[in-house]
Amino acid sequence: MSRGEREHAEPLIRATDLSVELGGNAILDGIDLAVDRGTFVGLIGPNGAGKTTLLKTVNGSLTPSRGRVEVDGENVHALSSKATSRLVATVPQNTSLTFDFDVRQTVRMGRTPHRSRLGGWRGGDESAVERALERTRTTEFADRTVSDLSGGERQRVLIARALAQETPLLLLDEPTASLDINHQVRTLELVRELVGEGKTAVAAIHDLNLAAHYCDELLLLSGGRVVATGPPESVLTEAHLEDAFGANAVVARHPVTGSVYVTALPDRSVSAGGESRGRVHVVGGGGTAARHLYLLSAAGYDVSVGALNEGDTDTETARSLGIEAVTVDPFSPVDDEAEASVAERVAAADCVVVADVEVGMGNLANLRAAAGAERLVLVEERPFAERNYAGEAGEEAYRTLRERGVVVSSKDVLAAVSNRLGGRGDGGDGTSRDAGEDGERRNGESTPASDGASVDSPFSR
Amino acid sequence: MTVRTRALAWCGGLCVLLVAVVLGSAGVGPVAIPPATVAKAVLGALVPSIGYAVERTVRIIVVDVRLPRILLAALVGFALATAGVVMQGFFRNPMADPSIIGISSGAAVGAVASIVFPFVLPFGLQLQGAAFVTSVLTGFGVYLLATRDGRTPTATLLLAGVAVQTFLGAVISFMMLKSGWSLQRVVFWLMGHLSGTTWREVSVVAAVLPPLFVVLLFYASDMNVLLLGEADAHSLGIEVERTKRILLAVSSVVTASAVAVSGVIGFVGLIVPHAMRLLVGPDHRILLPTSALAGASFLVATDTLARSGAAEVPVGIVTAAIGAPFFLYLLRTREVHRL
Repeated sequence: MSRGEREHAEPLIRATDLSVELGGNAILDGIDLAVDRGTFVGLIGPNGAGKTTLLKTVNGSLTPSRGRVEVDGENVHALSSKATSRLVATVPQNTSLTFDFDVRQTVRMGRTPHRSRLGGWRGGDESAVERALERTRTTEFADRTVSDLSGGERQRVLIARALAQETPLLLLDEPTASLDINHQVRTLELVRELVGEGKTAVAAIHDLNLAAHYCDELLLLSGGRVVATGPPESVLTEAHLEDAFGANAVVARHPVTGSVYVTALPDRSVSAGGESRGRVHVVGGGGTAARHLYLLSAAGYDVSVGALNEGDTDTETARSLGIEAVTVDPFSPVDDEAEASVAERVAAADCVVVADVEVGMGNLANLRAAAGAERLVLVEERPFAERNYAGEAGEEAYRTLRERGVVVSSKDVLAAVSNRLGGRGDGGDGTSRDAGEDGERRNGESTPASDGASVDSPFSR
Repeated sequence: MTVRTRALAWCGGLCVLLVAVVLGSAGVGPVAIPPATVAKAVLGALVPSIGYAVERTVRIIVVDVRLPRILLAALVGFALATAGVVMQGFFRNPMADPSIIGISSGAAVGAVASIVFPFVLPFGLQLQGAAFVTSVLTGFGVYLLATRDGRTPTATLLLAGVAVQTFLGAVISFMMLKSGWSLQRVVFWLMGHLSGTTWREVSVVAAVLPPLFVVLLFYASDMNVLLLGEADAHSLGIEVERTKRILLAVSSVVTASAVAVSGVIGFVGLIVPHAMRLLVGPDHRILLPTSALAGASFLVATDTLARSGAAEVPVGIVTAAIGAPFFLYLLRTREVHRL
């Protein structure tokens, strides 16, 4: 949906009732698709959802058993391979390039669709190749052998080859797979720019957050069907993700980039054998509790936190993890109502964790409430005196807590909670065990535990 | 330097080499003849009006005895190296050579059958004709075995080729068992040889080979793109299955026409493309013509060795004896696994 819209009201790709069978199995089942000119559409979905198959059907490699695909008004499967490759360029998964062609030779092959067997190399071909090299910033190593390049450089060469085809449509199959975070972002930035210059791009993207950040629209596939399609915020909903991935995920706005942001959570039923491992209340603020909240929740505890100010980093973290937070207005002290609410949660909790938080008159009530805990874990990175702004009252409240609780450093919180809860869990290394068990199922999403780099990506820009 | 200039420069150099090797080879034999005399005899035969004074016996030795064999060696070497380039590119496998899909075994079945059971062949076909026909039929059969739903996966083709080769090997062994007095001829043929060549064989191969080679040259760019993999080639506008069929058919006929007249000469189709790839790179527009010319020179040179000893040795033994160690040398010193 761009400036081209007025001249070309027709979408560039239109697929109707598209079904593909491979070896008797239906891989795509009744897909309807319309991609407008000048948009960047991300195909997302779990492994085996049919993302690659859909791309291969749009570029004519696979013939549908039912339905049709039109690109620029032409039925792709009625065209010759050459005619199709003037409409659709495909950037393959960055895998099998192990021959000794140099970069320029490889990019020149992108001109194959425009050349006749007897025709020579024309000026137009040469300038298209040079433009493609420049656009992808590959000119500097144009004379090096492709097999000597790094993965990120090779990816750019493959994009350059596709650009040399001078097609309106660009398909990319997992363009970020096997790239480091820097090259993932650079690759998608490049595609974004190309779309800004009038190309239309469809990419299968593994990483939901990268897809949400860079694509205009997403198409969520699962089991060969479209689960949802539209702008990222309408596609990436907890219900859709549950539906497609069977995953317990939380969707929030990223505080820095403003994109929709997905955090996959371990399935409680998997990590704790179907039951919660216990209730834990955390007292924190100013970001001191964020890490504990994540680890405890990932380890399968029912976590609550508070009281916190609205807008506090810990509040945001709790929200994105789906953790219940007791909150008060920004910059307001913890009032009686909130204190009562915290005390209630402390009473219900099997264990209370007090983070390495700075204590002032405003949140002293939290410490008072925590004193009612059955079991207490105090996190100390700095001596209390350094973070006490509540004077005598603060010291007294903390002394009470220290008498009753264990003091640990930040990294031992999970072990301490697990110990304090005794037989209720099975040791302190719950997260690593869970990550192992969940590793495969989580493959399709980005979880902070298994795929930290991709989750952090929007920050690194 | 453009591809065209590089190709022309390499081919020019290799043509000069080929002419030199041919003239040198024509001087080698029981009667040694200096290259200048050889050149005069050849020119005199080509353009009688020049009227070089060359002894009649010398002219007969050069033009009627040695030259047909030398030219056939050149043509066979040219054909085997050409087919080797195509097969290695086609299979994206540096170990591929023209015999990989059973073409040579097929030719051997026809040739051995016509030696062992000298029945009357239809249409006046002789040993060479029979070998050619069975060779092409075998190639076609392997292709059909490996094709399903209009697609011919190269891995399947390779395996079908190996299976058919093994089967035909059994057929050949059985026929050899029943061959009796003709066993020596069979063995001699199977080892690959060029002795007893006449101008008739030379002219047939010389008529068949050039047009096929030109077809392959037209597909040189497509072969480059196919090296990227079939999916990529398709997305770059190559009709993959059709191109594969054409390459397979043409290179099979090229191989068959060489094997039918010379027997099974190994390693030329493997070694020569490899060596040239190291020199000129993977671009088929240069690799194909240079390998063909280098293959021609290589086989003329090895056949000269084969016939210059006290007793003639089948040239297949010489190519294998030189080729295999060279190949092992490449294997140990270079990254041969790369195309």
